[in-house]
Amino acid sequence: MIWGVLQFPGSCDERDALHACEVVGGEARLIWHEDRDLGGVDGVVVPGGFSFGDYLRAGAIARFSPAMEAVAEHAAAGGPVLGICNGFQVLCEAGLLPGALLRNEELRFICKQADLVALPQHPAVDGPETGHIGRFSAHRPEGADGGRTLSIPLKHGEGRYYAPDDLLDALEAKGQVAYRYAEGHNVNGSVRDIAGVRSERGNVVGLMPHPEHAVDPLTGSTDGRQVFEALERYA
Amino acid sequence: MAKARVLIRPKEGILDPQGKAVERALPALGFEGIGHVRVGRMVELEAEDAERLGELCEKLLANPLIEDYEIQPL
Repeated sequence: MIWGVLQFPGSCDERDALHACEVVGGEARLIWHEDRDLGGVDGVVVPGGFSFGDYLRAGAIARFSPAMEAVAEHAAAGGPVLGICNGFQVLCEAGLLPGALLRNEELRFICKQADLVALPQHPAVDGPETGHIGRFSAHRPEGADGGRTLSIPLKHGEGRYYAPDDLLDALEAKGQVAYRYAEGHNVNGSVRDIAGVRSERGNVVGLMPHPEHAVDPLTGSTDGRQVFEALERYA
Repeated sequence: MAKARVLIRPKEGILDPQGKAVERALPALGFEGIGHVRVGRMVELEAEDAERLGELCEKLLANPLIEDYEIQPL
């Protein structure tokens, strides 16, 4: 699988994202934000950082980059897209994912390891072994809802997921909540402990924590690999 | 060119931690009896076509899911 990792002015996690794609056996290349053509990649990562200095709102300006037009077309054609942290904010601003990310409840930038529960696409219908993110071969199976717990670092100042109640109800009903913070790990005040969501179709996924920083035993957890592997299986 | 000011504020009902932080600091400075502080953003601009300002706000200056905006001609 060939991955394209977008790079905006102010991106800072694109190198780790490239590395993570390679760790799970893919090939990966950078795509500059001014490129209107993704060059035939199979999957796209919109990485973390502070695109365009986070001016106005995080992700608000990056969404107008030519490469984002190409990403929207790729997503519309069913191609997998993973947005991490600032990339998640960009995808929300671009309307490719529902909701918005607000300033952390306590106003502080938070950097720590957190437990996430990765939820299958349609828990009621598919069960944990099918669907997109649910196809994990996790070593730490979780309980009742069919989710799996992953230990992944997070680092952000604007990670408080928000959507109005009616939208949240709809997202939950359609299995679009992809990741929740495990109990006691919702550090930013996100509604309903939501750490990441997916598009209705399931091919676009965004989350605030950083799976690309959790792929090497040297840095602790390697649970982040599963996020990339799940997307690779989707492609 | 038409001058305008756009005021952007968090939607009613959305937790605004900045406003809360300001509010909490006030009593220590001797300002009593101030509540419901909301912190937003103000953008001043000059537009050739003031008709399109609403669209501009919807698409870029504000995120309609979380923010309200108000355009004031100057």
